[in-house]
Amino acid sequence: MSTPKEVLLDPIFNNNPIALQVLGICSALAVTVNMSTTLVMCAAVIFVTTMSNVAVSLVRNRVPSSIRIIVQMTIIASLVIVVDQFLQAYAYEISKSLSVFVGLIITNCIVMGRAEAFAMQNGPVMSALDGFGNALGYSVILVGVALIREPLGSGTLLGFEILPRVADGGWYHTNGLMLLAPSAFFIIGLFIWAIRAWKPEQVEASEYEIAPNLQYKEAM
Amino acid sequence: MPDSDKTFNKEGLKNVLFVAISVCLVCSIVVSTAAVMLKPQQRANQEYDQKQNILRAAGMLPEGSNVDAEGHTVDELFSEFEVRAVDLKTGEFTDAVNPDSYDPIAAAKDPAMSTDLTQQQDIATIGRREDISEVYIRRNEQGAIDKVVLPVRGYGLWGTLFGYLALEGDLRTVAGLGFYQQKETPGLGGEVDNPMWKAQWPGVSIYDESGDPAVELVKSRSPKDSPAAKYEVDALSGATLTTKGVENLVRFWTGELGFGPFLKNLQGQSTA
Repeated sequence: MSTPKEVLLDPIFNNNPIALQVLGICSALAVTVNMSTTLVMCAAVIFVTTMSNVAVSLVRNRVPSSIRIIVQMTIIASLVIVVDQFLQAYAYEISKSLSVFVGLIITNCIVMGRAEAFAMQNGPVMSALDGFGNALGYSVILVGVALIREPLGSGTLLGFEILPRVADGGWYHTNGLMLLAPSAFFIIGLFIWAIRAWKPEQVEASEYEIAPNLQYKEAM
Repeated sequence: MPDSDKTFNKEGLKNVLFVAISVCLVCSIVVSTAAVMLKPQQRANQEYDQKQNILRAAGMLPEGSNVDAEGHTVDELFSEFEVRAVDLKTGEFTDAVNPDSYDPIAAAKDPAMSTDLTQQQDIATIGRREDISEVYIRRNEQGAIDKVVLPVRGYGLWGTLFGYLALEGDLRTVAGLGFYQQKETPGLGGEVDNPMWKAQWPGVSIYDESGDPAVELVKSRSPKDSPAAKYEVDALSGATLTTKGVENLVRFWTGELGFGPFLKNLQGQSTA
């Protein structure tokens, strides 16, 4: 049994949902063009993952295994709709730029994965810590990606000018690639590389070995 | 407690139904409470957004800001506008609906409040046209019309473009055109939102000498001093259908079936 501290902190670097499990990549690509949408998205995911873990954990002894996935789905979907409604009421501009991605938290593999893998077996407090920790691990990567994409792509951070752009009379030529989703793939790839260089135990054993090319005579 | 009951069967049909129904019930209560409680705030946001869109189209609010150059807020600027309902058939103002709560786009879906358009008439591909629409009029200190903003819409390539067309006080010169909702291809048709492209609209004449809609989106512009030049706007590169759609929707809404009769009436009043 892991300690509460491990449950909370392990997902941040030791067992990061994006960097090690490679889950939840889709929204990491879509919302990291600028920091403000990223922060709102992270807050939404933290809320949904924590609350859904608590709720699933509370009903875990009652839920028949035949309908457990759909019960988890219903709980997650309801929480996401509530978050979406809140954003539309109190952060209208950001909710417009996040558009469908808030709704798509429902399909974020991390939320469902934690409900099924952890909350179904553990008590509500530990589940809350697990949900919070995993969402935090997701957020760390997202904020890291946005921290690179926004300044290089638009010369700003949270809307404040960091690198004066040529278009505004400065010297920085904005990098258009950073505004497009593929750039997040490269950045996340570099993050995974960095984390695995720092913690070599995360490197997966290769599933097969590439055989050397056969000599002509052996092939006969 | 069913949990302590020895006959309790977690996988049984009874429990499956019980769990399914109670989860649905609790979740639906949570979701509907949130939706109902937050509705007024959301509606206020949408109205604020609509005001911003109208002011942007009229060129009174810079892109990406919610105060104008002199620091007037959206509400202050919008309060200078008078919102009126207009009967599109007669071109007269009407009091049949309350312009504050009336939604022309919803009305266009209601057969009792809209007119079916034939294929020849329906150049903007909107299907049905509402009988009553809204206009936003801004008058200067002398009471003369300074700007008129008309809601416009029409089909592009992937979906309907919704926007506002702002006219100057002469009711034939464009003050601005802006879309607040469109589904065109990003980078091609989606360039309808490009500020550089939109900057061409102010100053364009919408009617020719005989009073027919004459706006044209062209590949190569006529020489600046030729008579055709004042009706022309650059087409969008690589977006033939979006370009055609924008041209058609401007022509439709300024034409006989759109706000044409209303603008003529208003012109008559202001010169009389």
